[in-house]
Amino acid sequence: MIELNFLHSEKDLIDKDGKRIDGRGLYDLRPLKLDVGLLDKAEGSAYIEHGKNRILAAVYGPREAHPKHIALPHRAVVRCRYHMAPFSVDERKSPAPSRREHEISKVIREALDPAIMSEYYPRATIDVFIEVLQSDGGSRCAGITAASLALADAGIPMKGLVAACAVGKISGKIALDLSDAEDKQGEADLPVAYMPRNDRITLIQMDGILTQEEFEEGLSLAVNACKDIHNRQQEALKEKYLKIKKEVEVEPKMAGGN
Amino acid sequence: MTEQVQNKQLVSPGELLCEGDYLVGENTFRDVDKVYSSQVGVVDFSEKRVSVIRIKGPYLPRPDDLVIGRIVDILMSGWLVDIHAPYPALLPASEVSSQTGRQVSDLSTILRVGDLVISKVLEFDRTRDPLITAQGPGLGRVSTGKTVEISSAKIPRLIGRNGSMVDLLKKETRSHILVGQNGIVLVSSESPEGERAAISVIKMIEREAHTQGLTDRVKALFEKEAK
Repeated sequence: MIELNFLHSEKDLIDKDGKRIDGRGLYDLRPLKLDVGLLDKAEGSAYIEHGKNRILAAVYGPREAHPKHIALPHRAVVRCRYHMAPFSVDERKSPAPSRREHEISKVIREALDPAIMSEYYPRATIDVFIEVLQSDGGSRCAGITAASLALADAGIPMKGLVAACAVGKISGKIALDLSDAEDKQGEADLPVAYMPRNDRITLIQMDGILTQEEFEEGLSLAVNACKDIHNRQQEALKEKYLKIKKEVEVEPKMAGGN
Repeated sequence: MTEQVQNKQLVSPGELLCEGDYLVGENTFRDVDKVYSSQVGVVDFSEKRVSVIRIKGPYLPRPDDLVIGRIVDILMSGWLVDIHAPYPALLPASEVSSQTGRQVSDLSTILRVGDLVISKVLEFDRTRDPLITAQGPGLGRVSTGKTVEISSAKIPRLIGRNGSMVDLLKKETRSHILVGQNGIVLVSSESPEGERAAISVIKMIEREAHTQGLTDRVKALFEKEAK
């Protein structure tokens, strides 16, 4: 009986007012918080809170490639490690990189690579570390959003920022930015990473089944959400510097008044 | 020809700077008729050239740059030096002292791992590791002073126009300040107070490098101190 209840709960992802389990509308993003440059040791870093996701991204390099044979003569090698902390999920996760983490590391690397002007640093590597501290569905997207900020913070030349967001199908309807429960019980999940500057998709995956119409609706929804996230990324990058600017550029006038 | 952002405005990577017939300067790139920033930095329009003065970023050596580096390894006929660049620098034994030719069998008697060296970049073109020399006036092993590490992108600000900022700092703190283009600054002063003051002002310049009127603010700070 318990198992049957679980199956039925699929229908309950949207209530009669059209609200989702966490009270959002179908096309609402979860609350987003971005923070840049919080690690001293890393060349660049960023922190993201996307819903209940808490993710830290750090960028090291460009630095000497080790082992040497991985170095490329015409460009920098971009390496990426997506990792979930043992305490990031309900059940303890083994800290060893799983098959899923290896795959996500690869797709994130490929999602970020088109944005990085890696030809500026031949023979070097750029290392991106994404550490999921708390996971809540859509962590690969949040990881990409954070990692792209960390790269920009490291001062690595980029063709633009990459923003990412997922859409999915829950209780027969297309919804934006699935949470963990919706992702698990829903019918489909479609993570998208997008570069607004040149209107390019750098990652798209699909889990589940969507009709062509649903897919197209979902994709445009995700792309628009990425544009919103991109604006927040730009603000987050500048915020720290604007704060200092505001703080100090007012001072001389006050001093001059004395 | 239209400018999409104001001069001296803060921009982020991928932000549209201008459209039309502009010259593409540092840290910018062109896509058909539009020019974008590739870095977080401050836009600089000067006549027809648009560039971005970046806030952070890796140091790329250029010939004739003065750099301060740390010996990380001893090789067959030279040293490997960490100059805070993506590539380690090579310091051949022949570029340290003319006397240390063939007769020195143990290079660690001249420079040991961990030593700091003031050096100059001889060659670098990204296809090979930078070659540096420690031969010349003022170059060689560092024996006294403290080092401060700041981002190499902020070095032009620390030096100031024609060295105005660093000269001011030297005069006011009575310190000897050597600025490496790679972001390592060597400070030595007769008094510990002078050293501390110089270091704190260098850190302030690093923090506020992207703001305007920095030299005036540093001047005001010293005037206040003097009272």
